[in-house]
Amino acid sequence: MTTTAPGPAGPVQKEGPETSAASPRRPLRRKRGAEDLSQRGGPIWALLAWALTLLFFAPVAWMVLTSLHKEVDAATNPPSIFAPLTFSQYGLLFDRGVGPYLINSAMASALSTILVLALALPAAYALSIKPVEKWTDVMFFFLSTKFLPPIAALLPIYLIVKDLGMLDNVYTLVLLYTSMNLPIAVWMMQSFLAEVPKEMLEAAEVDGAGLLRTLWSIVRPVTMPGIAATALICVIFSWNEFMFALNLTATRASTAPVFLVGFISSQGLFLAKLCAAATLVSLPVLIAGWAAQDKLVRGLSLGAIK
Amino acid sequence: MTTLAESAPATGARTPLHGGGSGRKWRRRAPLMPALIFAIVVTQVPFIATLIISSLDWNILRPGSRRFTGLSNYGTVFTDTRLRNAVLNTVVLTASVVLVSLLVGLALAVLLDRKFLGRGLARTLLIAPFLVMPVAAALLWKHAIYNPDYGLLNGTLNAVWRLFGADQGPTVDWVSDLPMTAVVVALVWQWTPFMMLIILAGLQAQPGDVLEAARVDGASGLQTFRLITLPHLRQYLELSVLLGSIYIVQTFDAIFTITQGGPGTATTTLPYEIYLTMFRKYEYGEAAAAGVVVVIGTIIVATFALRTISSLFREEGNR
Repeated sequence: MTTTAPGPAGPVQKEGPETSAASPRRPLRRKRGAEDLSQRGGPIWALLAWALTLLFFAPVAWMVLTSLHKEVDAATNPPSIFAPLTFSQYGLLFDRGVGPYLINSAMASALSTILVLALALPAAYALSIKPVEKWTDVMFFFLSTKFLPPIAALLPIYLIVKDLGMLDNVYTLVLLYTSMNLPIAVWMMQSFLAEVPKEMLEAAEVDGAGLLRTLWSIVRPVTMPGIAATALICVIFSWNEFMFALNLTATRASTAPVFLVGFISSQGLFLAKLCAAATLVSLPVLIAGWAAQDKLVRGLSLGAIK
Repeated sequence: MTTLAESAPATGARTPLHGGGSGRKWRRRAPLMPALIFAIVVTQVPFIATLIISSLDWNILRPGSRRFTGLSNYGTVFTDTRLRNAVLNTVVLTASVVLVSLLVGLALAVLLDRKFLGRGLARTLLIAPFLVMPVAAALLWKHAIYNPDYGLLNGTLNAVWRLFGADQGPTVDWVSDLPMTAVVVALVWQWTPFMMLIILAGLQAQPGDVLEAARVDGASGLQTFRLITLPHLRQYLELSVLLGSIYIVQTFDAIFTITQGGPGTATTTLPYEIYLTMFRKYEYGEAAAAGVVVVIGTIIVATFALRTISSLFREEGNR
């Protein structure tokens, strides 16, 4: 059962399957024996690691702490760490109508992720399990579209969308986020589908299982974690997207990041409110990313690292 | 549980059947088509539109001005000092953020590769900066940390100064005095976890027997790191630099939020300059020409980067 795990579909698969079989390279991940992990660092290393970790986490902790303070306590110098805590800033956000923005963000992220998966799954199938000829060229075409800076596409997209009367429309964002995430999803799903053991597919064929049955009972169970990882990455990127949302929406379809920048124009003290808003809009991705942190690496490396 | 490298085709896909009938070929291609057509339409149509717009003299503040001017917009792009300045700023910003976050990420990965109390928790806390929404992070740095009056930085300095008996700490206006550094630090904070995660995966994939052998042979920790770990890490470092550069060169949120490209044009990067040309000066033709130049520049850099990396991988394979 062990020899079937294919090598990583790294981002550098230039040569076709025929030539590469002759030059096997080390798989990116090889489990290190448990006893080798015994290289315990001294207490100084542990201390250093924790000091750096806390330094990096401090801004996030400060954001959450400030969001629980009153405005007057948030704007003191030196900072008042032990001021009384209150949830009133969060209540204020909903009074000022953060709700519709969150709903728009959720819609744009969820719908575009569903659309991305619907497009990427069959495509990845045709790039791994039953590959078309020149499938590496197709992979690189998808990757190359990710290199294009979105700012260069903003003007024509703005003009086209305006002509179609689709400015300030959530579905415009859905389409744009789909195109933004499609290359990532194709690369990730290709690497996950390539892991389906060939023997299992052959056995299914011998047993006379139809395509749908093979997909459902063999491909699906093996790739479910991969689909989840892909969806997570797509949701993160579309939830956080700012530039298109800023320039293509006005009032009805604006998303959470647009709410954030519009929010600080007010006069007077706003730091605690701002921190509450920043915490609130970051929370979904923080929770999702923390919950699935073992899948994050594979997603961020487009499937190259397992 | 052993993954045998020899049995693993490096490409991860099955061999395509050659010589199949054309019906069979198209049946294979069918599942690919929706995604491919979608990608071609949404990326190539805007690009063609950009090419056309870039040949027009078109400013919506001058109604009726839209007419064909050939390549004159490109002349403007190449002679405009603002754009040259923006290119320089983009290079400085991208290079410093990628380099610093790579080094800090490497250091953190090496630290987290060792066992220590609460390692899992430390890793969880460390990825938080990458998960915070970029616009939220930029606003947080600008207002809660860099603010000269009540920001965390000056506030902490003030507290430390008072601890040592001074009346008042120094008041530094971080964003105005050190604009580029301020943006770089905020972005390094955000991207270091990304680099750390990829490098840590590389460290943990090191073959344990080799490290063990080095230890038995009496290699010092530093020697092991330089001679075994770093060469092994090279592909992971390359990967994080390549992916990091793709994302960081496109940075818009942090510039828009923290400095608005200022003071003056000190932090105006290419994406922000194009944005200004488009939505502040309304010079559509010029913005489109700049966009085309950026795309061509990106293609050159990307081709170079991909070629370098794939040759690195091939060396690895032939060893």
